[in-house]
Amino acid sequence: MTAGGLSIRGLRVVFDGFVAVDGVDLDVAPGDIRFLIGPNGAGKTTLVDAVTGLVKASGSVRFGETELLGRDVHRIARLGVGRTFQTAALFEELTVLQNLDIAAGAGRGPWTMLRTRRAVPDDVAFALEAIGLAGRRDTLAGTLAHGQKQWLEIGMLLVQNARLLLLDEPVAGMSHEEREATGELLGKIAADRTVVVIEHDMDFLRRFARTVTVLHAGKVLSEGTVAQVQADPKVQEVYLGHAAAESEAVEA
Amino acid sequence: MKALTEMNPRLRAWLGFGLGALVLFAAAPALLSDFRLSLLAKYLCFAIVAVGIGLAWGRGGLLTLGQGVFFGLGGYAMAMHLKLADAGPGNMPDFMELYGQLDELPAWWAPFANPAFALAATVLLPMLVAFGLGTLVFRRRVRGAYFAILSQALAAAMVILLIGQQGTTGGTNGLTDIDGFFGYDLDDPVNQRMVYFIIAAVLLGLLALTRQLMRSRYGELLVAVRDSEERVRFLGYNPANVKLVAYVVAAGMAGLAGALFVPAVGIISPALIGIVPSIEFVIGVAVGGRAALLGPVLGAVAVAWAKTALSERFPGTWTYLQGAMFVLVVAFLPGGLASLWGMVRRRRETPPAPAPVTGDQALIKEVAV
Ligand SMILES: Nc1ncnc2c1ncn2[C@@H]1O[C@H](COP(=O)(O)OP(=O)(O)OP(=O)(O)O)[C@@H](O)[C@H]1O
Ligand SMILES: [Mg+2]
Repeated sequence: MTAGGLSIRGLRVVFDGFVAVDGVDLDVAPGDIRFLIGPNGAGKTTLVDAVTGLVKASGSVRFGETELLGRDVHRIARLGVGRTFQTAALFEELTVLQNLDIAAGAGRGPWTMLRTRRAVPDDVAFALEAIGLAGRRDTLAGTLAHGQKQWLEIGMLLVQNARLLLLDEPVAGMSHEEREATGELLGKIAADRTVVVIEHDMDFLRRFARTVTVLHAGKVLSEGTVAQVQADPKVQEVYLGHAAAESEAVEA
Repeated sequence: MKALTEMNPRLRAWLGFGLGALVLFAAAPALLSDFRLSLLAKYLCFAIVAVGIGLAWGRGGLLTLGQGVFFGLGGYAMAMHLKLADAGPGNMPDFMELYGQLDELPAWWAPFANPAFALAATVLLPMLVAFGLGTLVFRRRVRGAYFAILSQALAAAMVILLIGQQGTTGGTNGLTDIDGFFGYDLDDPVNQRMVYFIIAAVLLGLLALTRQLMRSRYGELLVAVRDSEERVRFLGYNPANVKLVAYVVAAGMAGLAGALFVPAVGIISPALIGIVPSIEFVIGVAVGGRAALLGPVLGAVAVAWAKTALSERFPGTWTYLQGAMFVLVVAFLPGGLASLWGMVRRRRETPPAPAPVTGDQALIKEVAV
C-alpha cells in the first residue's frame, strides 16, 4: 500500500441548519505534516469527523484514488484512515498491550480471533518501543498518565497501519518535553504516511508543521508554510491575536 | 490464598474445574437427597443461562432482558419431542387428544418427532432467532435501554402467542407430564440422577468454552466494544458483528438450558419463560457478578436456592426480597458477589506504587519508526 494524498473538494457539513464546514477545499500531499488551525468552533474537528465518516457531509473526500464520503466508519478505517480524538479514547479497562493488539487486528480471521494471544505480534512490539510504553505494556490504559494515553493513541494508529493520520489536539495538556517527543515521533511517522494535526499550540506548530491550513467559521482562511500563514494579515486578525490573548490568559 | 492468585492461569483453571467437578459429581450427589438433587439440577439450568448472560452482558454490555425467549424455544423444542415420543409413533400428544380440536398433528410439530432434529433445534432455533433480531438491532445501533425493552417485548409476545394457541402449544399449562427422556423413564430416581449429571457436565463444558471465549482476542475485543463502541469502529471493526456473536452464543446457551430443564423438571410453560423469569435470570447474574466467569453461575444458583428456601417459609415476600437484593447489589456492589473476592485480595496486598507522572519520553526520541 503506497501512501495516498488527501484531497477534499467542496466539503460541507450542516447541523440542523447550522453550517459547521462550509465548502472546504483542501489538499494534503503524501508525506506532508499539515497543521489545521483555527479558533474554537472553526470546524476543525467536524472536518475530521466528515473525513472519517462520523458525520454526514456533501462534497468529495478522496484518499488516494478512493472516495470516502458515504462509506461506513469502519470501512473508511480499513482503507487506512486513522484518527485520534480531542479527549483520549482508549479502552481503559484493557492493558496497553491489549489496546494495541486490538488496533492491529481488524483484518484477523475468525480462527485467530477465537484463540488466545500467545506472543506479542511484531508490529505491536515495535509500536510499544516507538511510543515508549514497552515497560508498561501490562498496565491498564485507564491508569496511564495523560501524555502516555495520547502516545498510546498514536501507537494504535501505527499498528492499525493507517496511511492517513488525523490527530485532534495530540499534545493538549502535555509538558514541554512530552510535546517535543511527540513532535519528533510525528516527524518519523510522516516519512511514509500523510499526517494532519489539529492544534492550538503555536510553539508546537512552529516547530513541527510543514504546511498549515487556517480554518475560520467553516471556511479556509489561509494556507501555506508556517511563515506565509503567520504573515497573512487575515490570519493575524482572526486567529493569532486570539490565540496569543488566550495563551497569555492561560499563563497568567 | 496468595499462592493461588500467583499461580499459572492454566493450572488454576484446571484446579478450578477439578474442584467444580468434585462438587458437582461427587459431593452433591453424596450429600443431597434425591429431591434436593433434582432442585439443584433445575438451578444448574438457570446457571447455564447465566453463563451466557455473563458473556453478553458482563463482557459485551448487552442487557439481555429477554433470555426467557431463548430458554423457552429450547424448552419447547425438547418438550415437543418428548411429548411425541411419549405418545408413540403416529399418535398425537395427550393434550391435543384431550382438547379434541385437531384431527391430525400440526405440520410444524411433525419434524420434532425426529430426535436429531429436535436436539439440534433446541440450540439452533434460539441462535437463529437471536441472529435475526441481533442483526436488525445492532446494525441500527439500537442500544442500552431500547435493546432491553425490545427483549422484554419479545418475551411478552412469545408468551401471548403460546397462550393464544392453546390447541397446539398447551396454552397456559404448557407442555406437562413428560415421562420419558430418550427411552429412559423419568420417574425412576436413577434416571433423574443421570439427567442431573448431564446438566452438570454441560454446565462445566460451557464454562470451559466461555472461559476460552473471554480470554481470546475476541473476548478482549468484546470488552472494547462494551467500553467504547465508537472507538472500535474507528479501528476498522464493525461492532455489530462483535456483539452479534456474544448475543447468539448466549441465546444458544439459554436454549440448551431450556432443553435440559424439561427432563429435570418435567414441564415447560409460558410462566417459566416470560418477562418475570427473564428478569430473574439477569438478577442472578447481577448478584453473582456479571463480568466474572463464575459470578453468574454462583449468583444464579444462590438466587434460585434463596427463592425456594424463602418462598417455602415466607410465601409472598420473595418478590420484594429479590427486588431489594437487586437494588442493593446494583447500588453498592456493581461487580456482584464475585468482586468481594477481589476486594479482600487487594486489602491484603500492599497498595501499588503510584504510576510515574511522566513517561519514557527519552525512548521515543531514540527509536526510529
Ligand atoms: N453534533 C453537532 N451538532 C450540532 N452542532 C455541532 C455538532 N458538532 C459540532 N457542532 C458545531 O459546529 C461548530 C464547529 O465545531 P468543531 O467541533 O468542529 O470546532 P473545532 O474547530 O474543532 O473547535 P475546538 O477548537 O473548540 O475543538 C461549532 O460551532 C459546534 O458547536
Ligand atoms: Mg475540535
